[in-house]
Amino acid sequence: MTEPVIVRVNVNGVEYARRVEPRLLLSDFLRNDLGLTGTHVGCEHGVCGACTVLVNGDSVRSCLLLAIQLDGAKVETVEGLGTAQALHSVQKAFHEHHALQCGFCTPGMLMTTIDLLRKSPLANDEDIREGLSGNLCRCTGYQNIVRAVRQAADQLNTLATDEAIS
Amino acid sequence: MTEALPKSATASREAEELATRPKIVGASVKRTEDPRLLTGKGAYVDDRKVPGMLHVAFRRSDHSHALIKAIDCGAARDADGVVAVFTAEDMREVNAVFATSRMKNYYATPITGLAIGKVRYVGEPVVGVIAQSRYLAEDALELVDITYEPLPVVIDPEEAAKPSSALLHEEANTNVLCSREFKTGDAEAAIASAAVRVSGRFRFHRKTPTAMENRTYLAEYEPGRDELTLYTSSQVPGIIRDALSDAFDMPGSQLRVVAPDVGGGFGGKASLYPEEIFVAFAARRLGRAVKWTSDRMEDLAATSQGFDQIVNAELALDAEGNAIALRAEVIGDVGAYSIYPWTAVIEPVQVVSFLPGPYKIANYLGRVRGIATSKPPTGPYRGVGRPTSTFVTERLMDMAAQRLGMDPITLRLRNMIQPDEFPHRIGSGIIWDQCAFTECLNAACGKADYQELRARQAEARAAGRWFGIGVACYAELTGIGSRISVAPGMPINTGTETAKIAIDSTGAVTAAFGVTAMGQGLETTLAQVVAEHLGGRVEDIRVIQGDSAAVPNATGSYASRSAVLAGGAATLAAQEVKEKIIRAASHLLEAASEDLVVEDGKVSVVGTDRTLTFRQLARAVYLEMGRIPADKREELTSTKTYDPVFGTSATAAHLAVVEINPDTYEIKLERFVVAEDCGRLINPMIVDGQVHGGVAQGIGAALYEEVVYNDEGQNVTASLVDYVIPTATEVPLIDVVHIEAESVTTLNGFRGMGEGGTIGAPAAVANAVADAVAPLGIDILELPISPERLFRLIESSKNHKDSSHGHET
Repeated sequence: MTEPVIVRVNVNGVEYARRVEPRLLLSDFLRNDLGLTGTHVGCEHGVCGACTVLVNGDSVRSCLLLAIQLDGAKVETVEGLGTAQALHSVQKAFHEHHALQCGFCTPGMLMTTIDLLRKSPLANDEDIREGLSGNLCRCTGYQNIVRAVRQAADQLNTLATDEAIS
Repeated sequence: MTEALPKSATASREAEELATRPKIVGASVKRTEDPRLLTGKGAYVDDRKVPGMLHVAFRRSDHSHALIKAIDCGAARDADGVVAVFTAEDMREVNAVFATSRMKNYYATPITGLAIGKVRYVGEPVVGVIAQSRYLAEDALELVDITYEPLPVVIDPEEAAKPSSALLHEEANTNVLCSREFKTGDAEAAIASAAVRVSGRFRFHRKTPTAMENRTYLAEYEPGRDELTLYTSSQVPGIIRDALSDAFDMPGSQLRVVAPDVGGGFGGKASLYPEEIFVAFAARRLGRAVKWTSDRMEDLAATSQGFDQIVNAELALDAEGNAIALRAEVIGDVGAYSIYPWTAVIEPVQVVSFLPGPYKIANYLGRVRGIATSKPPTGPYRGVGRPTSTFVTERLMDMAAQRLGMDPITLRLRNMIQPDEFPHRIGSGIIWDQCAFTECLNAACGKADYQELRARQAEARAAGRWFGIGVACYAELTGIGSRISVAPGMPINTGTETAKIAIDSTGAVTAAFGVTAMGQGLETTLAQVVAEHLGGRVEDIRVIQGDSAAVPNATGSYASRSAVLAGGAATLAAQEVKEKIIRAASHLLEAASEDLVVEDGKVSVVGTDRTLTFRQLARAVYLEMGRIPADKREELTSTKTYDPVFGTSATAAHLAVVEINPDTYEIKLERFVVAEDCGRLINPMIVDGQVHGGVAQGIGAALYEEVVYNDEGQNVTASLVDYVIPTATEVPLIDVVHIEAESVTTLNGFRGMGEGGTIGAPAAVANAVADAVAPLGIDILELPISPERLFRLIESSKNHKDSSHGHET
């Protein structure tokens, strides 16, 4: 077996250094080594999107990356958004539109949404559906997720317009 | 800002609807479980970590059907980090569990933690390796050496039913695990003399529930007390507790089964699993916490599957389109074992029980056989049998309408049990209470503007486009009580649920239940029911559920029962606690009880400013000695059990609109409308969500999802690349209309819901696809209808027409 190596990574603004086996998945590293169990594992073969996190600003499947690939990287997980007492605006939109049921796919949906909102104007609902098509949800039929992302996108666009005016 | 107007119009309509709704039950209260789930602070089983916890990996059978000749675990035991390796030999003191039934012609197969002597499907657990980490346990799996003697694969249920077939369970002396017949009138004679007959061999292919959270079990053990706690991603912790008590001869006081946050279930987590038995055994044997987390491949290979039936059916009508007889022969492929506690009977028998559906059909003959094959066991999956029965009956209705040259809606309305004809007993013996059959169908057609859709279809057809409209109507038994078994003859009572409500000395309200939520928002809806009947505030009510220790007896959440049964129990218990509040407050406030009102978490004397909050009241009752005389002092608690005795039914009509691309055969759903009656709504927002999700699964069942076993019995769809479930781009907007005809047979008029979306959607989609390609002269008899299947059907129909050209009679 290959010797453990030290990986240094910034997760949600906190610097971590951990000695890990080279074969350790990023998803297992986050959940088991760092105790960040908000990132869920649904398939371990890169299809369901439940384990989606942001690495250096891009959404990735944490089940398809090794922790050692992340040395020096900046990782964002659901724990870096709002808290139960002070939800992030995207989390708030999900709450208001009943965009989650069992909640298992939700962290991945939220992180994908954050990535989409940062990079795409999401002009119509087809863009939202296309953008979310790599994240499986078995409870909601997606309708309320699309509504929530629509609201979050509209809020952002309004904000951007306001800032442009002022 | 062209969108501003419709958006605000929608908002104001929603606000209006909210304003006219009751304050608590009936209001779209935002879910109390959301904040923790949205912030990654949920507590799913795999999130739980315990010091010294060990991890399990299973070596599973790679044979479909084989004798186990030898198992060599020596090398695996010596592997790095391995603590123990167990085979069935090591589990001899654990009792097998049997899903018994009072039904005749039924054989109960033994359910054990690991395979004994023989394997009966690919993926069956044979050896359990326990190590310091899952990685190390999986490393050691490869070192286990199992010698098999292959036996004939038993994969085709019709072949398996023949006496010549190899047997999966020799002791049963047959692969036919169950058979049954339902008969009313003389269907054979009525069919023989009927003016119109339509028939088909219908095939609904095997599905798997595919909850996003894989099954996960963590057993914790206290050696000093011989106490075992199993944390399980289960819908039925009460059933699991009772089954484990039998398996280990342990009293319930030493066995606690907890389902914390559960990431979806859909029936796939509603049965006892070998892995649950194993994890509990291993923790007790080793005196340490032991966890198993399924990966997706294991889930697709070894979680209960469903919807695997062949139905030969014939519907007979008179010349005016009145249905007179239905005859059906159902073959259910039930897999290798009879699942606990539901039995192999549950799904195939439901198919044959529900085939007559919402229609008046005087003569019915339904026969069913459940056949064992070397595949994973089937079990409950959302809808249980009724997606198939609805598919068959609703296809037959459309085929009859086409034959008669009648509109399919007209034909249905003519044959439906009318509002003044309830209660009505259908040919299988099921009695429908007041069901909104015609109301739902009319509402769905109204919402979708059916006539306009037909006009659009005429235009589309004129332009050579494949555009189709399909409807499906059904009823299901929901919230059933103790007089009806969820599965025929099963040994456990599924007809009651218990609520335990307490106001403690701080004035806090805790409501404990044995039911479980796996996404349906019961923490919120049960809090709404408690708040309404107690006079509390939703946000102050802490709901405990999914814990076998919460109440003496409970089963869990399945069969669209929890709102009805747990909601009923919550009502009774809350009412009693409220009476106690009033008696205490009457003494403390020196007021007559009829002058007291309890609401928003306080009790007040009407027309005065004399008020006690629950906190003040509780302090006075529990802590402030002497404020209430000892003989008048009552604990502010109540435990009540509710049994709806027979239960009730829920109804819906689904309408699907599809357009098929004639080049790629891609089937695009343009629109979907559901008009449903789940009785009095507790939370319309949550009901809508349940309908959306159910319909999405029904669309998956109709168009995409199929578990495929090849001739060697290997599962060739054991990844989410091959077992395809709908994504956001495949599910259309779903309009939901609520009829809200309150049930007269249940407390509060709740009817239950949750499964319905999956019952109606496959049939509605199948009818829409059939309607789209009707001009080509083909029928849809098999689901899922993939582009490839559709292509083959159309091609073979073309070839058939070419070869029979000039010979048509």
